[in-house]
Amino acid sequence: MIETRGLCKRFGPLTVLQAVDVSLGRGRITALVGPNGAGKTTLLKSILGLTRPDSGVILFDGTPLGDDESFRARIGYMPQTPRFPGNLTGAELYAMLRDLRGDARPADDALFAAFALDTHMQKPVRTLSGGTLQKINAALAFAFSPDLLILDEPTAGLDPVSSATLKDKILADRAAGRTVIVTSHVMSDLEELADDVVFLAEARVCFAGSVWDLKRATRQNQLERAVAELMRRGRAA
Amino acid sequence: MRHASMTRASTVRSVIAYQVRDLVRSRWLAAYTLFFLVASEGLLRYGGGASKALLSLGSIVLFVVPLVTAVFGTVYVYNSRDYTELLLAQPVRRGSLYAGLYLGFTLPLCLAVVIGIAAPLVFNRVFLEPGHVRAVASLIGAALAMTVIFGAIAFLVATCVEDRLKALGTAIGLWLLASLLYDGIVLVVTVILGDHAVERPLLALTVANPIDLARVLLMLHSDSAALMGYTGAVFSRFFGTAAGSVAATTALALWSAIPIALGARAFSRKDF
Repeated sequence: MIETRGLCKRFGPLTVLQAVDVSLGRGRITALVGPNGAGKTTLLKSILGLTRPDSGVILFDGTPLGDDESFRARIGYMPQTPRFPGNLTGAELYAMLRDLRGDARPADDALFAAFALDTHMQKPVRTLSGGTLQKINAALAFAFSPDLLILDEPTAGLDPVSSATLKDKILADRAAGRTVIVTSHVMSDLEELADDVVFLAEARVCFAGSVWDLKRATRQNQLERAVAELMRRGRAA
Repeated sequence: MRHASMTRASTVRSVIAYQVRDLVRSRWLAAYTLFFLVASEGLLRYGGGASKALLSLGSIVLFVVPLVTAVFGTVYVYNSRDYTELLLAQPVRRGSLYAGLYLGFTLPLCLAVVIGIAAPLVFNRVFLEPGHVRAVASLIGAALAMTVIFGAIAFLVATCVEDRLKALGTAIGLWLLASLLYDGIVLVVTVILGDHAVERPLLALTVANPIDLARVLLMLHSDSAALMGYTGAVFSRFFGTAAGSVAATTALALWSAIPIALGARAFSRKDF
């Protein structure tokens, strides 16, 4: 679905991505993990076109991303920090995104219902709690039936019930053939969700493959321990 | 092509629509409107006649509008950062998004100053008095020009400067330069040049400062040309009233267009 080839990005003296080759399989959930500052968010933002790589290409279904912005109609993005204009209501935010995206894709209000957001959607977002904002943030990412979901720390700030609801929705969307890339510091969440793992450290891809491959390579049977082992090896090397 | 340009226009329209909804509900915009309502009404009542009131109102506009617009514009761009990223992740062109965000910020501010200044003028029937029509029109024109220009400068600075405090400092610094330090510069230039041809350098200085241009525009249409200041006097002597207005308006239009274009370019190339 998405493939990056030789992606490089520097911010001044700092190399954030160094020859990153990543391939996201259609209908699979890929966990993007690595220490803070490893380049995870930059990689996600490059796929979205928010950050322009210095070199390398990104292929979306085999077509290189260029200046045409229409591919983003196929992406649902859930940013890490939900901050919306304070005096707008959730319903207005939804209407605005629908305006920007057009109605080419079917609406999916499953998460609005599952999170019971309807009364909150009528209030100005500045009056809402962080948890409720994060639910709206999630529901908006899924609301337009995207082919690709980019989720940056999706369960941060959610209570266990909501977190489970969101994970169920992610799994349901995978079953519907959608592709998902997700970052999280909560390894148990990724253990439940991920098919594949991409491990970034110091701007490079240190591991890319299935969860099963990772566990075998590190001789661990839990994702958390397998990732910890990768980090240890990285430090030793 | 036709379809593409229509979708772009609709992007700009919907970004503006929701931005305006957000801003008109904000307390500080209400406070800003109220400030001008009180200033306008107060000066009309106690300012010693409509002509004098209009002049004082002009000074207030030239001082307050650039400062408030520059500060709020910068803060607004930084507060909308995460939201801007969310919008950039939608199928929108960056240029359209920038236009939408900028206009969505500027239009409510324009509305606020126009209502704040004009409502008391209409209410007190100053607006339609034949002697004041031009003065009132140039006052509102100056307020709009200051909003458009300093909004554009704030957006440009906040887009180019990564650090929030540095951007705020830059915006306030530019305002200080244009509104306070400028008179000092004019004085120095005049003293240095002495009896030499002072006219053209001063004209250039006026054109280089949007606040001074707006002041010239105000004074060309008021009946107290003596208050025009040195650069204003030079300007009106050089151009005369009619051509002077055209020249000042053209320069103000350039002062709007250039920061807007530079800001849109910086926004299109920026890494978020």
